[in-house]
Amino acid sequence: MTAVLTPDSIPRLARGMKLREDTARGQWVVLGPERMFVPDEIALEVLRLLDGTRSVDGIVDELAARYAAPRGEIAADVASLLRELAEKGVVQA
Amino acid sequence: MNAIIQPSDRSPGPPPEPPLALLAELTHRCPLRCPYCSNPVELTRVAAELDTATWARVFREAAALGCLQVHLSGGEPTARRDIAEIVRAASEAGLYTNLITAGVLIDAAMMARLAEAGLDHVQLSVQDTEPGSAERIGGYRNALPKKLACAQLVRDAGLPLTLNAVVHRQNLDRLPEMIALALELGAGRLEVAHVQYYGWALANRDALLPTRAQLEAATAEVTRAREDLKGRLVIDYVVPDYYAKRPKSCMGGWGRRFLAVSPAGRVLPCHAAESLPGFDFPNVREVSLREAWENSEAFNRFRGTGWMKEPCRSCARAEIDWGGCRCQAFALTGDAAATDPACGLSPDHALLDMAVREAAASEGDFTYRVMGAAPQKA
Repeated sequence: MTAVLTPDSIPRLARGMKLREDTARGQWVVLGPERMFVPDEIALEVLRLLDGTRSVDGIVDELAARYAAPRGEIAADVASLLRELAEKGVVQA
Repeated sequence: MNAIIQPSDRSPGPPPEPPLALLAELTHRCPLRCPYCSNPVELTRVAAELDTATWARVFREAAALGCLQVHLSGGEPTARRDIAEIVRAASEAGLYTNLITAGVLIDAAMMARLAEAGLDHVQLSVQDTEPGSAERIGGYRNALPKKLACAQLVRDAGLPLTLNAVVHRQNLDRLPEMIALALELGAGRLEVAHVQYYGWALANRDALLPTRAQLEAATAEVTRAREDLKGRLVIDYVVPDYYAKRPKSCMGGWGRRFLAVSPAGRVLPCHAAESLPGFDFPNVREVSLREAWENSEAFNRFRGTGWMKEPCRSCARAEIDWGGCRCQAFALTGDAAATDPACGLSPDHALLDMAVREAAASEGDFTYRVMGAAPQKA
């Protein structure tokens, strides 16, 4: 239970959080105790990469390869996204 | 009542948005007797409760309708012998399953069965952190130690835990201890819920309403703790209507986000809606959940803004707070279509200040919840 994620951290969905498809509304949602988050496209992509083995660095590598975008920019985006999700209790290291 | 409602005012329009969550009130039976119980004052007996198969069908219908979560509640949901089968049915329907429990009936074997059945989360109530007070408020011997044992079982099962502290004048001063307890028990979330004053709680309002000084201290404590505990403990805080200037968006609006099914199968826009007169609520024994949600008169009556009178009708906040709470409007003004008196713009707003003054001058005795006996005063 920490909000601090380093490049080596292996982030995963926090205990009790589930990513699932919401077919009635045509979207994906993260479900938690009395909570629901609708991730935007980028957040959804990051959440899908949380497989319990990939580090923050690994996620950045994967996205940089997928989008052929500057790694530094992606790293900053991923870090701030994960920080936000950790503060909301969606993600933990 | 019916004279106020003119169905012709409402255009047929598209079907309503699907609900997000189902509150399944599995039973009204409960070993505790909390004087603020949110169950109706006329409690349903065991013989009238829906059976396992019917609940399983309700869960499938809820998921198909668009519900994502189910809150298994009561009464005490674990008072049902089939609770694990019910959890399994909800989980198999694809719903996120949340058990709302007092915890005193759960032993290690039951927790193992619940976890194995696919339970996603447990919300455990605590009446107080001081054992004697907890025992008195819940009307149940040795309640606190049993709850602490239950919290440990939840943790051992690897399930996430929310601690639910219902707060009022007689325990609000111990909010810092409640926050500390949530951390000690490994809860990821603490719900600090001020009592909502309908039904049993309305009968006990004088004994329960906090003072303004208590409320201000509590709000400051929550604000401080939220900042200090960011990333460790999520604190949800429900402020009491009696000190509000604007009403809460009750249930996120009538028939907009939530539906409840009572132990006897009635489909309700909120769990307290049976306190409203002049309603014929649909029953899952007779109609599908979709039919109840989309087409029943009960769900359409206060849906949207077409039913509103002034000051709600022309208010810029009409689609923010949806007129507040219908049950509170009825309980305090006798008119379920009135503006919630919690709103400063309501002509009845002074009723709340009067209640606060009366409560401040009264003793703290409780009228406990009992099956088959409605409270004497209201």
